[in-house]
Amino acid sequence: MSCEVKVSKEFESKVDETITHYPVSKRSASLPLLHLWQEEFGYVSNQGVEWIAAKLDLQPINVYELVTFYPMFREQPAGKIQFRVCRTLSCALAGGYELFDHLKKNCKIEGDGHHGPAVSPEGKYSIEFVECLASCGTGPVLMVNDDFYEQVSNDKANELVKKYG
Amino acid sequence: MSCACKNPFNHDLATENTPMVNVQIDGEWVQVPKGMNIVAAAERFSKFIPHYCYHPKLSVVGNCRMCLVEMGTPKMDANRQPILAADGKPEIGWMPRPQIGCATQVSEGMGIRTNSPLVQECRKGVMEFLLINHPLDCPICDQAGECKLQEYSFEHGQSNSRFIEEKVTKPKNVDIGERIVLDDERCIMCSRCIRFSKEFAQDDVLGFTQRGSHTTLAVYPGKRLDNNYSLNTVDICPVGALTSKDFRFKMRVWFLKETKSICTGCSTGCNVLIGSRESEVHRLTPRENEEVNSLWMCDQGRLGFHEIHDENRLTTPLIHGVKSDWNTAITQLAHQLQGFKPEQIAIIASARMTNEELFLLSGLRKALGGESILCDIISRTGVADGILRSADLNPNTHGAQLLGIANSGKLEEIRSGVTKGSIQALLIFNETPGEAGISLESLKKTALVVNLGMRLNGLAHYNLPSSSFAEKRGTMINGKGRLQRLNRALSAPGQSRDDWEIIRDLKAAVGGGNGIHTVEEAFKAMANVVPAFKDLTIHKVGDLGIDLTLSNSLV
Amino acid sequence: MAIAETRLIFKHIDSPGYTNDIDCYLKNGGYSTLRKAITMKTAEIITEVKTSGLRGRGGAGFPTGVKWGFIDPTKNTKPVYLICNADESEPGTFKDRQIIHKDPHQLIEGMIISCFANNVKLAYLYIRGEFPEGAKILERACNEARAKNFLGKNILGTGYDLEIYIHRGAGAYICGEETGLIESLEGKRAYPRIKPPYFPAVLGLYMSPTIVNNVETLCNIIHVLQMGGANFAKLGKPNNTGTRVLCVSGDVVKPGYYEFEVGALTLGQLIYEVCGGIKNGKKLKAIIPGGSSAKVLKAGERYKIKQKQADGTMIDVDLALEDIPMDFDTMAAVGSMAGSGGVIVMDETRSMPECLANISEFYAHESCGQCTPCREGSLWMKKITTRIRDGKATVEDVGVLKNVADNIAGRTICAFGEACSWPVQSFVTKFKEEFETVAGNGAKK
Ligand SMILES: Cc1cc2nc3c(=O)[nH]c(=O)nc-3n(C[C@H](O)[C@H](O)[C@H](O)COP(=O)(O)O)c2cc1C
Ligand code: SF4
Ligand code: SF4
Ligand code: SF4
Ligand code: FES
Ligand code: FES
Repeated sequence: MSCEVKVSKEFESKVDETITHYPVSKRSASLPLLHLWQEEFGYVSNQGVEWIAAKLDLQPINVYELVTFYPMFREQPAGKIQFRVCRTLSCALAGGYELFDHLKKNCKIEGDGHHGPAVSPEGKYSIEFVECLASCGTGPVLMVNDDFYEQVSNDKANELVKKYG
Repeated sequence: MSCACKNPFNHDLATENTPMVNVQIDGEWVQVPKGMNIVAAAERFSKFIPHYCYHPKLSVVGNCRMCLVEMGTPKMDANRQPILAADGKPEIGWMPRPQIGCATQVSEGMGIRTNSPLVQECRKGVMEFLLINHPLDCPICDQAGECKLQEYSFEHGQSNSRFIEEKVTKPKNVDIGERIVLDDERCIMCSRCIRFSKEFAQDDVLGFTQRGSHTTLAVYPGKRLDNNYSLNTVDICPVGALTSKDFRFKMRVWFLKETKSICTGCSTGCNVLIGSRESEVHRLTPRENEEVNSLWMCDQGRLGFHEIHDENRLTTPLIHGVKSDWNTAITQLAHQLQGFKPEQIAIIASARMTNEELFLLSGLRKALGGESILCDIISRTGVADGILRSADLNPNTHGAQLLGIANSGKLEEIRSGVTKGSIQALLIFNETPGEAGISLESLKKTALVVNLGMRLNGLAHYNLPSSSFAEKRGTMINGKGRLQRLNRALSAPGQSRDDWEIIRDLKAAVGGGNGIHTVEEAFKAMANVVPAFKDLTIHKVGDLGIDLTLSNSLV
Repeated sequence: MAIAETRLIFKHIDSPGYTNDIDCYLKNGGYSTLRKAITMKTAEIITEVKTSGLRGRGGAGFPTGVKWGFIDPTKNTKPVYLICNADESEPGTFKDRQIIHKDPHQLIEGMIISCFANNVKLAYLYIRGEFPEGAKILERACNEARAKNFLGKNILGTGYDLEIYIHRGAGAYICGEETGLIESLEGKRAYPRIKPPYFPAVLGLYMSPTIVNNVETLCNIIHVLQMGGANFAKLGKPNNTGTRVLCVSGDVVKPGYYEFEVGALTLGQLIYEVCGGIKNGKKLKAIIPGGSSAKVLKAGERYKIKQKQADGTMIDVDLALEDIPMDFDTMAAVGSMAGSGGVIVMDETRSMPECLANISEFYAHESCGQCTPCREGSLWMKKITTRIRDGKATVEDVGVLKNVADNIAGRTICAFGEACSWPVQSFVTKFKEEFETVAGNGAKK
């Protein structure tokens, strides 16, 4: 399969360095490479799958199996600002569902966002439920992109929308 | 015993020096090879433990949980010696949790219960889980009759469904390969097909996408399950998720008559079952023979049978293109042949013919003049794939050599003889002049051209319709020197006859009869004069064949 | 606060001025235990760990010394790998995150010592994907340790080489199960392996002997060596030694993480004294004591159990819920488990069907889908619990639900089967009436 996608030199050297972390089996670098790809391109396209497979001497299906297994990998772009709200019990007891609905309304997002991002019409925001983020004592919690926030009240959520928006 | 073909695993076979251990299966003490898994070990004593994901030739993953059994190990005393019960046998400490039979290896003093109430309850539970998201389309499913889901649910399941939720929907009718269609809703995610493709066919093309209940068998977009072994996945799929386009919707399997035979697609000689109904072959499936093909066959071989039902197949004897009858054809032909000197006659035979046919042919040759008659076969070579397919695409090269029909270099002489015109009578058996490299012009100049086979030769003066591999009984010797048997699954169409009969009759017309009335007798006559077949009969060849390199001196 | 914490692992966490860089760690005596360890024979270290009685903090409570002992360096010709399980995903558990963010060098030092003890040359730290910040902190910590020659080639001049790499997961709970983690680390779907034959100690990462330990467990190694195995064993109770970080969430006044000697306090003390009682003056209804997989305990329940006395004799005791000491053995004896130390508290206003529906959704989403009972059963349980919660069910559905769970537990490839069915079995059994009532009416909001 041809991989005509062009990646930057820096990207490729980051990838090559990462592969050295797995001297026994290059295949182990699959997840790290998928992370790198998603950080660089926003989501994992088929091109990404094929590029990584070629890099690691794998079949594309070997990589695609991972993209669809691990919820953090996306096959489509998410919003520029991504909310990931904890859905699990302790946060739910602390108002996680209410927070989710509030944010959805605030960012005018349709779609349910139960595992898999629902994106706002102009593509600016996306929101999804994720499972326990290991901060259950300070629920409800959420992540905005890679940043983590605890005890997020509706007011705090409004601030966050402003801050990142 | 090891398998002649390269299986990644052979869980059902024990190596020769494996020690035996005493194991209690359902209360009875028996001896089984140490380390064998419980499913394979129990099977040796006709205890069938239902299973889906386990396959004796593939890696063990233990994902279906259908083979759960109760298992125990001997109770030990303070000195780590087994405590003996009143009957002198070890007392067994049963594990509270069921264990999977496919991944549990037998050891000394082990106890196994294959059908206890707990085991039955486990099976019932697993069956229910497998069925809740399974579409109820058995009436239109090709697998019906061979479906392990249907079969086990009848034996181990419960009749009424408690599942009232919406079923998970998945892709149906997915075109994943040239020859294969996938129905993901029927898939029970046993991963047999994935493991087969990767481990046996060396084509890591299948995989699971999504997760949990939504797990979906798939190929990567743009990739296809097209390898030459793809149809074996249809055989090993325990349900009707993978189906053969060739066989799809054509026939209910329970109507099929299955005849044990061999594939004649190459010199491997894979053992097969010919699935036929009345006058039609519907499929070939591999038949287990650890010395040859284990449980597999290639797609080319499997689908090669279609020429049998070619609508242009020759089915009536023709003399100068005019329909005739056998009596006339044989008498006239014999008469005509006798008008040629041996040097003017040549025989192009085929290493796709059986030993019996070739033996009778050598008799005909003798009757017509013997050694001075040029005689050879057409060799065919492809590429050995390192899996099953051999480079020699003729199934019976050894036989043709042994019986003096294949004479290396003679084909070239025949070709030039025909071109020069020194050969005036050319007898072609199950081959075409084109493949022999003989031009049409030179053929046109030849006084007598005889064609025996399934296909018409427009330039032949005599066209004699004969039988396909599925229509005949006889023997062949594969590339490794194994004598194997073909059996007749159906009768040849129209006036077509068995090749050996036609040759015998021709020989009788030329040089007198030989008292051979059956193919068994043909074999017997052959065994009397050919040392490699000494003391053998077709019957003795059996379903699995005989290694001639061991029993008789095969050259 | 009536009962004082014993902070061993969390000693520095949240203390004013304590930062997560190596200088701060060194100032507080960091890496001195490593210096001590490298002067010891590896067998001596393993003996200390065995003597300490330390049990794994990842959930199963398996004795760490015994686990290490499975790897026989004399018989084994393959390299040994060590993996730190930092996948922390069990709902209700939030201790490893704190260590990683606030005291990463404690973990790295614990890992290096453990690797040294088991002659490991290559180790991985598998951190869940949702900790991007944590991964960065750990990367930096490794680099700092490398710069100081605590890690890398010829560590502190001993000739011992070790590399630790940080490996990020990508959002799958099942990567916490050690063989699923190994598959994931090999670049595959995190399908847990069948055991036998794939015990990590024998056929682990790359089919080589592999030790998998939890973050907190590995931190404990430092303290075992610092105070000596025998002294460590004096903390807590026999067979339940050391300290334990308890994570409390849900309807209490002061949720959070607290560290105590194992079994030093009761569930009642934890909730009413340490955590300030139930929020808003409400009453207790139920407690999940060891992460969401643990069987629920119901307010007002009493447990008749056998308890081991100091002199080794067993006596029958009758315990109220509040009197259960927080240790591995008692939690098991009352029919639940200490698990990962995540305590989730639910007050009297909470609908049990609603809580269970939430938990069941988690497990339906996280089942890897490899084996039949869990793959099909987890989603089925979610569908039934959701209907019960919404009042679109019948009394019979409650029975079916319980039976589905019974058909999963004990019959799957990995312990996720129990993890998803134990909550169902316990909620449905203990709150049967509520489930049956709600089934036809829906959960009150
Ligand atoms: C479904 C499941 C999830 C698990 N998740 C975790 C986890 O997130 N972190 C962890 O340390 N152990 C987890 N475990 C336990 C690990 O399999 C393993 O027992 C543990 O990492 C061993 O470390 P320890 O002996 O130090 O406790 C999980 C087990 C199961 C069955
Ligand atoms: S398609 Fe058939 S063989 Fe393949 S995983 Fe599904 S059920 Fe098993
Ligand atoms: S390998 Fe040869 S004998 Fe076997 S199925 Fe293929 S063609 Fe037939
Ligand atoms: S029990 Fe569940 S999580 Fe574990 S292997 Fe089976 S399907 Fe996967
Ligand atoms: S439940 Fe939300 S962080 Fe654990
Ligand atoms: S046959 Fe044993 S688990 Fe599938």
